[in-house]
Amino acid sequence: MGGEKKARNNSEKALTTGHEWDGIEELNTPLPKWWIWIFYATIVWSIGYWVVYPSWPLVSTYASGAFNWRSRSAVQKELELLQKLRAPLIEALRAAPVEKILADPQLLNLARAQGRVVFRDNCAACHGIGATGIKGYPNLNDDDWLWGGKPQDIIYTITYGVRSAHPKAHSGVMPAFGRGNLLKMPEIIAVAEYVRTLSGLTPPAGTDLALGGKVFKEHCAVCHAENGKGRRDIGSPDLTDSIWLYGSDQKTIVDGIYHGRGGMMPAWIDRLDEVTIKALAAYIHSLGGGK
Amino acid sequence: MAVQLPANDFAEPIADGDEPLYASRRKIYPKAVSGPFRRAKTGLLLLTLGIYYILPFVRWNRGINAPDQAVLIDFPSRRFYFFFIEIWPQEVYYLTGLLILAAVVLFLMNALAGRVWCGYLCPQTVWTDLFLFVERKVEGDRTQRIALDAGPWTVNKVTRKIAKHAIWLIIAWWTGGVWVLYFADAPTLVKELATFQAPAIAWISIGILTFTTYSLAGLMREQVCIYMCPWPRIQAALTDEYALNVTYRYDRGEPRYSLKKAQVAHDAGLPAGDCIDCSQCVWACPTGVDIRNGNQLGCIQCGLCIDACDSIMAKVGKPQRLIAYDNDINAQRRAQGLPSQYKLLRTRTLLYAGIIVSVSFVMIFALATRSDLGVSLIHDRNPTFVRLKDGAVRNAYTIRIANKYLERRLFLINVEGFEPGNFQILGNTTNTMVVEVDPDRTQEFRLLMTTYAAIPPDASIPIRVVVTDVKTGQTARATGHFRGP
Ligand code: SF4
Ligand code: SF4
Repeated sequence: MGGEKKARNNSEKALTTGHEWDGIEELNTPLPKWWIWIFYATIVWSIGYWVVYPSWPLVSTYASGAFNWRSRSAVQKELELLQKLRAPLIEALRAAPVEKILADPQLLNLARAQGRVVFRDNCAACHGIGATGIKGYPNLNDDDWLWGGKPQDIIYTITYGVRSAHPKAHSGVMPAFGRGNLLKMPEIIAVAEYVRTLSGLTPPAGTDLALGGKVFKEHCAVCHAENGKGRRDIGSPDLTDSIWLYGSDQKTIVDGIYHGRGGMMPAWIDRLDEVTIKALAAYIHSLGGGK
Repeated sequence: MAVQLPANDFAEPIADGDEPLYASRRKIYPKAVSGPFRRAKTGLLLLTLGIYYILPFVRWNRGINAPDQAVLIDFPSRRFYFFFIEIWPQEVYYLTGLLILAAVVLFLMNALAGRVWCGYLCPQTVWTDLFLFVERKVEGDRTQRIALDAGPWTVNKVTRKIAKHAIWLIIAWWTGGVWVLYFADAPTLVKELATFQAPAIAWISIGILTFTTYSLAGLMREQVCIYMCPWPRIQAALTDEYALNVTYRYDRGEPRYSLKKAQVAHDAGLPAGDCIDCSQCVWACPTGVDIRNGNQLGCIQCGLCIDACDSIMAKVGKPQRLIAYDNDINAQRRAQGLPSQYKLLRTRTLLYAGIIVSVSFVMIFALATRSDLGVSLIHDRNPTFVRLKDGAVRNAYTIRIANKYLERRLFLINVEGFEPGNFQILGNTTNTMVVEVDPDRTQEFRLLMTTYAAIPPDASIPIRVVVTDVKTGQTARATGHFRGP
């Protein structure tokens, strides 16, 4: 506009802005007055917005706005509403024992939805997002449960933890046979190979399996049982299956016998409420059906 | 396409100097007319408003587990009901089809007879017409209204103005009031509204709709069409030279003279057109357009100027339809002495009709074959498989069964392509492969599949889950894969 040459378009008899592209001229069509008034109104509105909404950064904080109108309180309100809407569902979860939840598709879906979130927030750091575990942290999708895979067992483990500070926590450790001078290195290697044979792995030629068997009977069978199947009351793993918490190679097993093992899981009783733990247990159980 | 104006130009002269940046609104006082186009408009107004106001109260029996309102948008339970059709959110493609259909029908209308939508059917037009009707009843016709507005603020003027705006607001309130009835059980909501028990969202929606109806149909009117609506812009790009538009037949009307001057011209042996420059067409126009300037953006093609002009032609004893539904081609043909030509069957109309037919056909087919049973199989991604104590490999899945039927149903789940007995459903009351799904609901189940067979490394074995309605034998399938280490 300003500076542009205004001209008259011949066929339309209207002013043009002076812009022309390939013979097509841009007419200067005035905007309606109300349109500009709406524009001014939005400017006035934005000033009000500045004042009411916390939009000004200050040195160490920000202007707090007015009427408690901010996204944080909006979220708060929505969360409260959600809590209210969910109350009957949460109540249903509270009322039902975990076995009933697992047998009722509706309750299970509810518990799974809640449990999945809680798992990701709290458990995934060690067990992984998909509860697949890593070395030293058990996979919760399989059927190998150190402390029991029944719904009530899972609840107990989550509540009190494993070797946590809680008095009711699961305890029991694998002693450091090497460091404590209970076994000599050749004995450790022999028993490690013996243990590997329990789950069908073949030892290298020249392994003294007789020695290994003897050491096992004297030192290991107390906890892992004569047949190597382990004991759930003290969390000693089954050495005959194909699942290895730390690994099945000789070096890893020797390492474990020499230094001992004793992974730790916190007690969640102080962090999660009873219903949440129940939902979490139901979720975990539904991953692979527990055992 | 702009009409080529004849040499003795009749466009309004524009004053010299800068045009203002912002234009004040010129108030329009449309004059009442009568004639076939007015009757058509009134008829369509009654029909469309009738449908709008009555539809929420129409009942449709769907059985006990579903609402009995014929047309209902049920947000809380995420369902859309339209007579015999029930649509779930994931079936929103029906809506897509409907929108495509609506767009192409609009295009077809436009190719045949210009802005039929704007002139007769658009809610903006219909409600504006209704509000104008009220205005005429309260304040009188064009001349009285102009006089009333120009006159001083007498008791009479104040009373009439208050009455008009009050009636407008009542209509606007009802418009919003009916709108919300499409989103809840209408009789219940009416009762709740009458006893002030209705939820806040209902009042807010009514408030918004009252405001928009009142301001758009009462205050903004033609400004909506001229400045706010995108359709005139699109429409102008879609039209062609055969589309019938409300057209002033300048070849017949020009040069225009008042009756007296026409006589003078006639006596002097000069040509005089049929237009007697009475301005009736301009006064009748709801958007304040002078159609004699040719087809233009402001014209919504309501045909009221045709009615206005025809009544004048009848009075001065000249043939009807100086203004008529016509096209550019015919003006040129008449100038060459050729007869008028109307071509309804053109490439574009046939194409539009073809699209309409095929889209409708696809929609009808989709609706007719819409299954009331859906199943999907979601393989756990993390982990894709797990090794068990005894060395077996297990995969876990979530099966989602959608029972779009209004009764509780039992389904038998079977897996094809996998040795039987090696799959298991978790969270199932019956402890078999039979699961129960509530009416009109989607339910999820955990499926575990285990194999002891030696599977090739990195295996991906295709499997198929078949869900069978125990009672009717109806089946649905979903495919997936079994992954190994
Ligand atoms: S221009 Fe737009 S708002 Fe006006 S009648 Fe046409 S479609 Fe409706
Ligand atoms: S010019 Fe005629 S057809 Fe166009 S909007 Fe006005 S009255 Fe209606």
